[in-house]
Amino acid sequence: MKLGKHDQERLSAGFSYALLIVGATIVLFPLLWMVSTALKDPGLVFRYPPQWFPDPIMWSNFKRGWFLLAPTFGSFFLNTAKIAGLAGIGAVLSASIVAYSFARLRWTGRDFIFLLVLGSMMLPSQVTLVPHFVIYRWLGWYDTHFPLWVPYWFAGSFFVFLLRQYMMTIPHELDDAALIDGCSHFSIFWRIVLPLSKAPIATVAIFSIQWTWNDFFAPLIYLSDQYKWTVALGLRALQSSIMVDWTALMSMASLSLIPVMLIFVFAQRLFIQGIVFTGIKG
Amino acid sequence: MAHVLTLRSVAHKSSIRRQENLLGWLMASPWIIGFSIIMVGPMVFSFGLSFMDWNLLRAPVYAGFANYRKMFFEDELVFQSLKVTLYYALGSLPLGLIGSLAVAMLLNAKIKGLALFRSIYYLPAVLSGVATAQLWRFVFSPEFGLLNTVLQLFGIEGPNWLMSTTWVIPSLILMSLWHVGGSMVIYLAALQGVPTDLYEAGTIDGTGWWSRIRYITLPMISPVILFQVIMGIIGNLQAFVTVAIMTNGGPANASLFYMLHLYRQGFEYFRMGYACALAWLLFFIIMGLTLLVLRSSSAWVYYESELRGR
Repeated sequence: MKLGKHDQERLSAGFSYALLIVGATIVLFPLLWMVSTALKDPGLVFRYPPQWFPDPIMWSNFKRGWFLLAPTFGSFFLNTAKIAGLAGIGAVLSASIVAYSFARLRWTGRDFIFLLVLGSMMLPSQVTLVPHFVIYRWLGWYDTHFPLWVPYWFAGSFFVFLLRQYMMTIPHELDDAALIDGCSHFSIFWRIVLPLSKAPIATVAIFSIQWTWNDFFAPLIYLSDQYKWTVALGLRALQSSIMVDWTALMSMASLSLIPVMLIFVFAQRLFIQGIVFTGIKG
Repeated sequence: MAHVLTLRSVAHKSSIRRQENLLGWLMASPWIIGFSIIMVGPMVFSFGLSFMDWNLLRAPVYAGFANYRKMFFEDELVFQSLKVTLYYALGSLPLGLIGSLAVAMLLNAKIKGLALFRSIYYLPAVLSGVATAQLWRFVFSPEFGLLNTVLQLFGIEGPNWLMSTTWVIPSLILMSLWHVGGSMVIYLAALQGVPTDLYEAGTIDGTGWWSRIRYITLPMISPVILFQVIMGIIGNLQAFVTVAIMTNGGPANASLFYMLHLYRQGFEYFRMGYACALAWLLFFIIMGLTLLVLRSSSAWVYYESELRGR
């Protein structure tokens, strides 16, 4: 039997769907299993054949996990939210101001400095690791949250690049008209350029919040007092006992994913627009 | 009168220019200050420290090339960690490239539910960190883990994954494939930018799907592939969280990533000078590999504008 062109197309579409669904299942399966484990009776976690759907559903695992350490996970979540929030605000404010300067103002040395911005994206973070530790310790910032969010207030190169590329595409006629009307550059920035740059601003905010929320290395080297710990450190502490309480650990791990997941779901259209922009124009 | 007016407007204009100049520097200053005190200063400091012996308690002592000598000739773990890290990168980089490209191509075929699939595949990229590393540690658990349970359904007895010196790196590579969504969205956008008339021309000429990929798609998106390969080199060679949480470098240092070795030297043994020297070695390796890829790119990266002579 010979297949017509139409049948062939349908066959290949069906094949694509099958592959995509298998792939999506593989991606989601571990996450679903994590939630399923979080809700299982601790005694049934290591049973074979495994229990796919938790029965009975043990919400108490969440309570146990939450209170397992002193202070509780409430404190870890608050600390992390504070750091991520401050980092997000700082990243957006500083990078958008700097990006405006590169995209819309003419000043001597601008193009050279922008080359430095591009080059600095390639600079290695591992080389500055030890000096940063030494400097922050000297400033008295060891065991405080400052080293985790203050650097975000100095306009990260990647963020500046992303915003600048976007602001370049906003028509200059808008500024010129505003300038003739006697608007200052500040009001052009605040009233025209910023409102038009929602997508890259969302991208910068999400990236900085996501990075600080998920960060493990910086909290690991800078924080020692448990009352200052972030969620990442709390999770690590849960797994470091000899008998790991897997249901409690998985309950707190799933909980820790919720904030970033919510932000992603709500802002994803803007966010994907933003990354796509960097990836292509980069 | 007209003459005076022009003069005045020139003076006015140049004062506006001066103002704009000042404002430009002022608004760019957060980056300039940050670059100087967060990047350049610490890099110089780090270079200096790499010639010192310093444990943070006593004053630093000049040590000449001792740290570098130790790194190249005495510390066997340097070679081991480099080997392990390169093994991991050599596995996860090409497989990740193929995986993310394949998913992007499947999604590019005018499919219903694109947004949903894209979100699902992208999700792990948002969730990287301690929680997902712990999840995967559980997935790889030899007796009760998800992976071996599923394999058992097919009658296959899975290995010890993270506890086996042979399987630990392949396990980590496998896990890294779970994160392909991050570069997938970027490839997808690039694919959507390939003009469809190219494919139509290809279809009329009767080319098969493989030739279409090989001669149309890949060349058209090769600049994006180049960018992703470079970012992949940087990211993979600096990987840390997964091993810190999942294996702690074990078993028998079989998963001792370079950054884990550096972390221990610097922040567990407080050998600040030595950790800086280690960081510089990694820096030069990353730079070297990046330059190599960039040099090779003229052979395989195709810029549309070149052909059109723009």
